[in-house]
Amino acid sequence: MTTYHVLGFTASVVGVAAVFLIARLVGGPTMADRAVALDTMNTFVVCLMILLSAYFDSVVMVDIAIVYAALSFVGTMFIARYLEGGL
Amino acid sequence: MAVLVVILFVAICLFFNLLGVVSLFRFPDVYTRLHGATKCTTFGTLFAAFAVIAHSVARYFATGEVRFLVLIIHTLVAAGALLVTNATGAHALARASHRSGIMPAQAVVDRLEERESEKGGATA
Repeated sequence: MTTYHVLGFTASVVGVAAVFLIARLVGGPTMADRAVALDTMNTFVVCLMILLSAYFDSVVMVDIAIVYAALSFVGTMFIARYLEGGL
Repeated sequence: MAVLVVILFVAICLFFNLLGVVSLFRFPDVYTRLHGATKCTTFGTLFAAFAVIAHSVARYFATGEVRFLVLIIHTLVAAGALLVTNATGAHALARASHRSGIMPAQAVVDRLEERESEKGGATA
């Protein structure tokens, strides 16, 4: 068992955990709950990309994870501004 | 040796990430959900980055290839970006939830709303 196997197993578990969040994303009572679930899913996707970049030995996926984190931050800020009623 | 370090970091990562999922389903209102999910997943993802860094250090000393050093630096940048953006996004979401009139579960008074309406024009 090498570190590659450990990282691959962790990536699969994190991916399954992200899928579970779809239930909160669909059935959240308020819009803020859905925004929280979406924010958590974005964090999980960044975690998944970091783990899979080590698993597949490709540095490019970490760069994509950085850009994804920045874009998800912009999206969260716009959703928050919309919920405040300022957009 | 490297496998044990990576397993330790990965165990912490999985524990806190799954705790974040549980908190999102078990907490009663949006503020507690935001609290649990943001803190747990930020900490867990930080330890995923630590696991990747430990893996890359081990691979660098085993093979001597430079791309593992590049992977370490880029993972550090990704972890730093995540630390900054997650906290700021959670703050913005909590403020937006309060401004859109969502009360915490079992709350009967809203002192923050009273203070802001006393000052007149809640713009801060």
